[in-house]
Amino acid sequence: MSDALIRLEGVKKSFQKGQETIQIFDGLDMEIAAGDFVAMMGPSGSGKTTLLNMLGGVDQPTGGAIYFDGERIDSLSEGKLAKWRANNVGFIFQFYNLMEMLTAARNVELPLLLTRLSGSERKKSVTAALELVGLADRAKHVPTELSGGQQQRIAIARAIVSDPKLLLCDEPTGDLDRTTATEILEILQLLNRDFGKTIVMVTHDPEAAKYAKRTLHLDKGQFDERELAA
Amino acid sequence: MSDFFLVSKNLTRKKLRLFLTLFAIFIAFLIFGVLSSFKIAFDAGIDLAADDRLVTVNKINFTQVMPISYVNKIRSTEGVQGATYADWFGGYYQDPQKQLIVFGVDVESYMPIYPELILPDEQLRAFIANRQGAIVGKRMADAQGWTLGQRVPISSNIYSKAEDGSHTWDMDIEGIFTANDPAIDTNYMMFHHKYLDESRSFGNDTVGWIVLTTGDPATNDRVAKAIDEQFANSPFETQTDTEKAFNKAFIAQIGNIALIITSVVGAAFVTILFIVGNTMVLAIRERTKEIAVLKTIGFSARRIFGHVLGESFLLAFIGGTLGLAMAAFLIWLVGQTPVGGFLPGLTIKAGTIVQAVLMMSLLGFVTGIIPATNAMRLNIITALSRR
Repeated sequence: MSDALIRLEGVKKSFQKGQETIQIFDGLDMEIAAGDFVAMMGPSGSGKTTLLNMLGGVDQPTGGAIYFDGERIDSLSEGKLAKWRANNVGFIFQFYNLMEMLTAARNVELPLLLTRLSGSERKKSVTAALELVGLADRAKHVPTELSGGQQQRIAIARAIVSDPKLLLCDEPTGDLDRTTATEILEILQLLNRDFGKTIVMVTHDPEAAKYAKRTLHLDKGQFDERELAA
Repeated sequence: MSDFFLVSKNLTRKKLRLFLTLFAIFIAFLIFGVLSSFKIAFDAGIDLAADDRLVTVNKINFTQVMPISYVNKIRSTEGVQGATYADWFGGYYQDPQKQLIVFGVDVESYMPIYPELILPDEQLRAFIANRQGAIVGKRMADAQGWTLGQRVPISSNIYSKAEDGSHTWDMDIEGIFTANDPAIDTNYMMFHHKYLDESRSFGNDTVGWIVLTTGDPATNDRVAKAIDEQFANSPFETQTDTEKAFNKAFIAQIGNIALIITSVVGAAFVTILFIVGNTMVLAIRERTKEIAVLKTIGFSARRIFGHVLGESFLLAFIGGTLGLAMAAFLIWLVGQTPVGGFLPGLTIKAGTIVQAVLMMSLLGFVTGIIPATNAMRLNIITALSRR
């Protein structure tokens, strides 16, 4: 038994498109160790986002098994999976996906509604998360009053506020200019290096991939065997 | 922050839409509150009517008179325990716009037929002894500021005096009566029918209606039939019915209140059901991506379902409560006018509030259940991939 945080065993995933069955993965095996920072690259349609969704428990494989910290998650019920996501995974999206009617602080607080923390404890966690991303002074601003980079930093604060082990980032810099993208990537690197967060990042940008500890190239549902072994 | 905070924030994100939707609900519950209160006030007279009391009126309609001789004939009809009579005076005090309910009654026989009315013996004696005497219900006395012994000029918009053509009769307030049930109206006054009959310029020796008791509701039909057969084929045919039916028929003059209320409230509710339902579906569709994000973060489908349903309930309850509050205010305003004097029970009753709360719940449920189910079943992947 390895010390992998994530382990995929013979994962299969197919979609039905009309009469045609499209096979994305056909027996994928991989492991991601705790504390790793993996960049996943590959052409459009190679299955990067599908894999990310399966790792995050928002999509189910059609075959095989996915283990997280030794626990099989692909067979959990929808309710248990939601609870598992709340406890273990932080999501960072390309388009931030903040709630426009909530302030930055309230957006960050959202995942904490699913915990048993008291109001004051939640406030403390929110402040800490906002400080970490350098936006404590923007706590009371709504998303429309923030730049794209600031919104993405709020989204990162939301992803880490409940202290999950795994951060899943889907093109986190895809909507940002180079300077802002660098700021975001540095924050991710900090979270991985100083806070031990395991990060899986899907990206098209080779510059972004450089911030990861290793890069996996996915093509036609398969990783480069040498990269996987590295 | 709490789930309720999230729900309320979602509700208030589009201010104009919220205002218009709330306004639609507000109007529907305003209509419901006002019309229901009127119906209850109208029905109060029916509910309080005695079971063994019958009313005989002219068969043409109750505004037509009958000879006073009918009273004794009715008293001697088998099954009749007692009978009295009265006449509508069409009274007002000083201002013709401010109508008062004033009857000319047969003093000695009237009170025994209405045991629910309470008048001290000495006041009854004083009333009987004074030809110009009158007794006033507590509610009317309080409203007019009248006291015992006061002489008040009461005018009629129906009758004039034979001697001088005047429309005003001076009356001495000899008694102030109350009732043994607070729901019974005491906003009226009574004076001697004899005083009216002897001095009016027309309609002498006639009465407006005759009230009788049978002592046993089981005999009502038989007695009523016997009375009406007695006067069949005469110039003044009669129609005898229970007091309940009489009161009901009186209200029916205004129209079928229940049908009006059901139709208006029904139409209003069907309309708002579509308006609010459509608004909720649209509002949730606009938030598809946000709901998907909440689910991704870890909000369970059940919790999302609760959020959406909570939003529709909140909408229904805010609009409904405001509408009902406005209805209560309007009803109170009407109560201050002469119309209110004719409808003593005109208030928002607890039953109306309970009914309104049930309707708010139903509205919240019906308009929220479809968008809530859609939100609950929302596929995260599909929703997040929407641009």
